[in-house]
Amino acid sequence: MKTFKIGGIHPKENKLSAGKKIEPTPIPEMVYIPMSQHIGAPAKPIVAVGDTVKAGTKIGESSGFVSANIFSSISGTVEKIDNIADASGFKKQTVIIKSDGTDTWEETIDRSTDLIKSTNLTPDEIKAKIIEAGIVGMGGATFPLGVKLSPPKDVTITHILVNGVECEPYLTADHSLMLEKAEEICVGVELLKKVLGINTAIIGIENNKPDAIEKMQNAASAYTGTQVVPLKVKYPQGSEKHLIQALIGVEVPSRKLPASVGVIVSNVASVFAVYEAVMKNKPLFERVVTVTGTSVKNPSNFLVRLGTRTGDLFPLVGGIPEDTDKIISGGPMMGKSISSVEIPITKGSSGVVCMTENEAHRKKEQNCIRCGRCVEACPIGLEPYLLNTLAKKSMIPELLEHNITECIACGSCSFSCPANKPLLDYIRLGKAKAIQATMEKK
Amino acid sequence: MLTVSPSPHYQSETNTTKLMCNVLIALVPAFIFSLIVFGISSLILTITAIVSCCFFEFAINKWLFKNEDCSIKDCSAIITGLLLSFNLPNSLPLWMVVIGSLVAIGIAKMSFGGLGCNIFNPALVGRVFLLISFPAQMTTWTKVQDYTIDGTTGATPLGMLKENILSGKTISQIDLPTFQDLFIGNIGGSLGEISVIALIIGGLYLLFTKTISWHIPVSVLGSMFLFSGILFLINPEIYANPLFHIFSGGAMLGAIFMATDYATSPMTPTGKIIFGIGIGFITIIIRSFGAYPEGMSFAILLMNALTPLINKIQPRFYGSNK
Repeated sequence: MKTFKIGGIHPKENKLSAGKKIEPTPIPEMVYIPMSQHIGAPAKPIVAVGDTVKAGTKIGESSGFVSANIFSSISGTVEKIDNIADASGFKKQTVIIKSDGTDTWEETIDRSTDLIKSTNLTPDEIKAKIIEAGIVGMGGATFPLGVKLSPPKDVTITHILVNGVECEPYLTADHSLMLEKAEEICVGVELLKKVLGINTAIIGIENNKPDAIEKMQNAASAYTGTQVVPLKVKYPQGSEKHLIQALIGVEVPSRKLPASVGVIVSNVASVFAVYEAVMKNKPLFERVVTVTGTSVKNPSNFLVRLGTRTGDLFPLVGGIPEDTDKIISGGPMMGKSISSVEIPITKGSSGVVCMTENEAHRKKEQNCIRCGRCVEACPIGLEPYLLNTLAKKSMIPELLEHNITECIACGSCSFSCPANKPLLDYIRLGKAKAIQATMEKK
Repeated sequence: MLTVSPSPHYQSETNTTKLMCNVLIALVPAFIFSLIVFGISSLILTITAIVSCCFFEFAINKWLFKNEDCSIKDCSAIITGLLLSFNLPNSLPLWMVVIGSLVAIGIAKMSFGGLGCNIFNPALVGRVFLLISFPAQMTTWTKVQDYTIDGTTGATPLGMLKENILSGKTISQIDLPTFQDLFIGNIGGSLGEISVIALIIGGLYLLFTKTISWHIPVSVLGSMFLFSGILFLINPEIYANPLFHIFSGGAMLGAIFMATDYATSPMTPTGKIIFGIGIGFITIIIRSFGAYPEGMSFAILLMNALTPLINKIQPRFYGSNK
């Protein structure tokens, strides 16, 4: 079974909502849509207070090459434009829309569920539609897809890799999407192939999802050049660099983009969004979100309008568990703990995980016993125990010498430490200091 | 109020105490074997070592370091005590055992700062201290025959080999124990080192529970086999069979339990292999050319000293152009 080569861990999967149908959520009374739901420049709001909008109306205009359009997810009136904290904890410009209760969509959007398999659009027209629809990497990194589809002139793209790994514990959003929308995802892959003018696509799925592998294999068999590859279960296989190594056996050189080895990687949810954008004229304004947790009554997968507040999802799973002490936006390995249930769901929110008091609190730190588990776990091949010490002492040249800037913050080191050391906390700090120091030098 | 913290929000269920307990469980077969062979004396010696190690750790923590937190809970002192007793002959006077424990915990472990901070394997420092201070008592072995103690003293297989070679005999003239005796443990030696099979069972348990990785035991035994094999091929009348080397003395106990001590062995897989090869090489050199019949303890301690240097070898990182 294929997998990546260096390090990796296998955390307890806890996929409580696996195999559950994707349920639509009721239209919230208010949505809070941040203008920055992606990596890069925030979008500029193009609506004013009092404007009426429909679901699918553009409300934020992309403001640069690395940026993305933002769309309204419900119909109603713009109530306010304000700065509101998102999952990162930072305040971002946010358009607040009050629902009119009708859920009217833009007329151009095809709301039928019919599968459309082919299109007469040219590659450039498809790409323009993808960029217009504001599609970003929906696995959590939120890198605008349009940028990935515009590689520099000197590189040739040879492979499209589709990320159906979902290696984070608890999350089943991509899993459920693959079960229900396998055909659509495969059409999305065809569209990406057309844009890039190539015919090789590999869909990687971890073999803890045999049902999804089967569904996707059946759907993909109709297309030449699209292959579904089962992967050994290992975290962080969903990381771009690691998925590339697992699927085609090459390493992305340090500080280079996947395009440098002729690859673009896209999440299954993003590929599904491509299908909807191109074939159904539907911009990105809703996504599948897993709402789960060990004490959540009914962990489920929902189709959520972007901008819905996290708190609005809890009534749908039997209420917020009483012992909830921490709520994570994303998965427990790399997700962000949110400070309030008012934080909205955005393009990159793949899950909401409730942790009980016992799970949420860190255990008491003990002496490092130098067992080397962090070194074995690090998927980049760094020495977390050493970086931890060097970062505490702010030893910048040594940190750089030990390649701290290569850290992808996957958390495998902290996860595996038997002495409960918060290794990644200090490594993050050290990385920030090291990057700052190198920038100042230049 | 919600708790907010940076990721990861997930932690493996392994902790220090669990790892230490795994080691203790892995030592049980060898301990039971020592009880069968040496009887009550083995039990008394082992208990003395464990109790005194725990006491010294507790006392130093409480009265010298004035630590509120008692570090005995992590079970590492119990392991030190147990391993120390495994490296001692069963006839050793108990007061010497206590001194060995004091040296192991007080000098080798706590003076460096306690768990994880020590450079040298505490149990081995204790053992070597006793070996140098009380050479006679430390090399008096009760002869074991068919699992009954006949009260006479005998030599360990390695001692027998060294003595006879030095007196000019060749290997075919020496009445060495058979491989079967070595494997089961029907030989003289320290408490815990005699039965290869009991130690291997413990080692497999450690590998199975992922408490240790294969790198150190395999590289130690492999390099011992390789280097003694080379000597054996040169002159089989002076240098013993490589299988004899890895089945006798402290080879198994050292490779599986002593060299794999977390704090004193390298962090990276490559480092662990270099460390293991070094131990195997030095052990064979001492056994073949040194004054002592056995060199495992010295080899491990020497490589412990090199560990910080070995840790300087950086592993290759993903995307590196090297």
